[in-house]
Amino acid sequence: MTNPLVQMRGIRMDGRSDEAWSPIIKGVDLTLNRGEVLGLIGESGAGKSTLGLAAMGFTRDGVRISEGAVSFDGIDLLAASAEQKRQLLGKRIAYVAQSAAASFNPAHTLLDQHAEAPVQHGVMSRAEAEADGMELYRKLRLPNPDEIGFRYPHQVSGGQLQRAMTAMAMSCRPDLIIFDEPTTALDVTTQIEVLAAIRNIVEEFGTAAIYITHDLAVVAQMADRIKVLLKGEEVEEAETREMLSAPKQDYTKSLWAVREFQRPAKPAPAVDATPVISVQGITAAYGKMDVLHDVSFDIHAGRTVAVVGESGSGKSTTARCITGLLPPRLGRIELDGAELPLDYRKRSKDQLRQVQMIYQMADTALNPRQSIGDIIARPVEFYMGLKGRAKRDRVADLLEQIELPADQYYDRLPSELSGGQKQRVGIARALAAEPKFIICDEVTSALDQLVAEGILRLLARLQDELGLSYMFITHDLATVKSIADEVVVMKDGAVVEQGPKADMFRPPHHPYTDLLLSSVPEMDPDWLSDLLRERGADNVGDAATARMD
Amino acid sequence: MPPVLKIILQRLALGLLTLFIVSIVIFTAVNMLPGDFAQAILGQSATPEAIAAIRRDLGLDQPPVTRYFVWLGDMLQGNLGVSYAQLNFQSNMGGANLKTVADQIAPRFGNTMFLAGVTAAIAVPFAVTLGVLAALYRNSVFDKAVNISTLTSISSPEFFLAYILILFLAVLNPILPAISNVYQGIAFQDRLMATLLPALTLTLVVTAHMMRMTRAAIINLLASPYIEMARLKGVSPLRVIVKHALPNALAPIINVVALNLAYLITGVVVVEVVFVYPGIGQLFVDAVKNRDIPVVQACCLIFAGAYILLNLAADVLSILTNPRLRHPK
Repeated sequence: MTNPLVQMRGIRMDGRSDEAWSPIIKGVDLTLNRGEVLGLIGESGAGKSTLGLAAMGFTRDGVRISEGAVSFDGIDLLAASAEQKRQLLGKRIAYVAQSAAASFNPAHTLLDQHAEAPVQHGVMSRAEAEADGMELYRKLRLPNPDEIGFRYPHQVSGGQLQRAMTAMAMSCRPDLIIFDEPTTALDVTTQIEVLAAIRNIVEEFGTAAIYITHDLAVVAQMADRIKVLLKGEEVEEAETREMLSAPKQDYTKSLWAVREFQRPAKPAPAVDATPVISVQGITAAYGKMDVLHDVSFDIHAGRTVAVVGESGSGKSTTARCITGLLPPRLGRIELDGAELPLDYRKRSKDQLRQVQMIYQMADTALNPRQSIGDIIARPVEFYMGLKGRAKRDRVADLLEQIELPADQYYDRLPSELSGGQKQRVGIARALAAEPKFIICDEVTSALDQLVAEGILRLLARLQDELGLSYMFITHDLATVKSIADEVVVMKDGAVVEQGPKADMFRPPHHPYTDLLLSSVPEMDPDWLSDLLRERGADNVGDAATARMD
Repeated sequence: MPPVLKIILQRLALGLLTLFIVSIVIFTAVNMLPGDFAQAILGQSATPEAIAAIRRDLGLDQPPVTRYFVWLGDMLQGNLGVSYAQLNFQSNMGGANLKTVADQIAPRFGNTMFLAGVTAAIAVPFAVTLGVLAALYRNSVFDKAVNISTLTSISSPEFFLAYILILFLAVLNPILPAISNVYQGIAFQDRLMATLLPALTLTLVVTAHMMRMTRAAIINLLASPYIEMARLKGVSPLRVIVKHALPNALAPIINVVALNLAYLITGVVVVEVVFVYPGIGQLFVDAVKNRDIPVVQACCLIFAGAYILLNLAADVLSILTNPRLRHPK
């Protein structure tokens, strides 16, 4: 027990871009003892995953370890041959990926893939591996543990797949598991059951783990120690409780501070005010199946309505109905008290102009072949009819509004911008139409916390200056807390509760709202244990959701 | 109705429509060629009376639309008709033993299918194996050598490949016959020997396409997270390719294989000529030369039918390789 399980010394790693190597990890040490869980935290691009994979002696294509040493249980992984490393991978070191849906092979059943490592490494026979797989599925509280293994990945839900992947990592009872953002792609209610399952099984087998995430509250539940990375360098490392109560470095403190951004409450709108957008009893269907049921809410001038719910709850479908992309089957939509045609093709140019949209993935929402200036100029010309000099000036104004100096950014391509800057361009494009109402569809969920906060502040400022109304679609309740005036909670295509934000965050809640709220991880390292105790063993995730139906 | 069955029925109906359109296009195209059967058979010095007599005999004096519908009517009753050459021969020389188009085509078609079958049996496993190995050892010397040699063979004219093979396998080392002497009632073994050289030639022609698609389809998947997962489970490199990448790469590979098989049935005239192989291609070319419309039409329908059926088979197989469609939620 004296020797650490993993020891990384002075690791430097390079990534190749455009034929040149540039450093992505700049001299990091990492020590992990047997049975210990180390949290690795940082923004995207901090090098967390790269470092985690390097602990397995593995580098992705286009990445290399230029300096340093990695040893696993006394074995020098950098000197080991590919064949020696292959014998360790899967057997003594396992990996759990971020997206279980993408990391399970679609062509084989879960159990097939589960049994592969133990059979290939000669740890168990096929029959033993399958029986053991079912046992692990049971331990991880998967439904129908004896049958679920015979399903294909597309037949199993995301949260269940993530647990099945944890089971797969456990198949050879490894000494070390690297968890690479295993719950990032999941809804909050699903996240809890996966976190609980991972924590229990890691404790039960005494497995050491490196837990990579960008979510502090999550890592607080899982890790004994936390290491903070920034741009390939270590910021600080400490025991979890110490780190949470007394972070030493400014950067770490700034990570904590994000959650404190909150807009002052606005006075309630006048009772007889006409809402900017009024959604009245819309029911919409994809094909023959209704996916929205009688959804109604109002959005008043200068206010933000957050629409929250899990994936599949109908948030984005509602947005598609309002924009007219998916004409609802029943119901009515009003803009400033006047009825909007349900099909966007029947709306006038002015009606189209009033409703704009900002998308989740700025990457795919911007044409990669057009310059930033051209992207924003398009709606300026289309809706406002500006040309030449006037158009250019207007685009420059818009760029100033989103805090990107026009002289530097006008001619750049989207690929030359960071994620947050791209999202700002998306905002400028929406503003170019001078709309009254903007739909923000998960605009911050692909961004790091600090960058996301910048976007939220920008949106808040623009609202104050221009009197915009927002419909803010999100699954992140922290975002709701910081920006919303009113909240609409959706589940299974219907509104379960709506009202002013202050009421929503104050009990009593609708039981589903309660489940959502209580599922948001908190910084307290005892939060998960307390919550599980409170809810009782049978009342986690699936079971709790099912009870609600 | 199971979705797969529905797709098959839809495609078959579309296939029939395609056949109908093909028959119109071919009939029109052949009629637009200068001259007709009477002129082609009698040559330039023919008297107008002789030409008119033959035309009357064969019904060529009827307007084209009438002729097309007479042919179509016969066709729908399963009667492919009698070739003009046969009819003309009979009316001049007498005799009751009239060979129908079906009689003419049947043995030729059988030979063509045999050649295509032998070629496919060699080429498909060969190409897929090469593709898998090239993907496994991508960017190695082996990969480059395979790419260069298959590209060279697909870029060379077929007759050139055929003569090279004849030179090495029939002239310098007389292992195989240079001429494919296939006759009625030939023993299977002799038939196989006679077919082997043309089959090898065709293998060289079709391998590159299939091999490169196999390689590309597999390499395309190697960046997928589930391939990385397999590597991180310590699965051996060959197993990563064969067990994890190949099953997901089958759809594009199957489609390319189907296209090449269709080519083997419809496009091998040059190889048939070089080896004097009695396939359907030679018959088809002669029929076009003589403006012998019943034979041309029958051959075209067979070619079109082969394309339609093979593409249908490829689509169905592609669907069956997709677990999402095989095992719905």
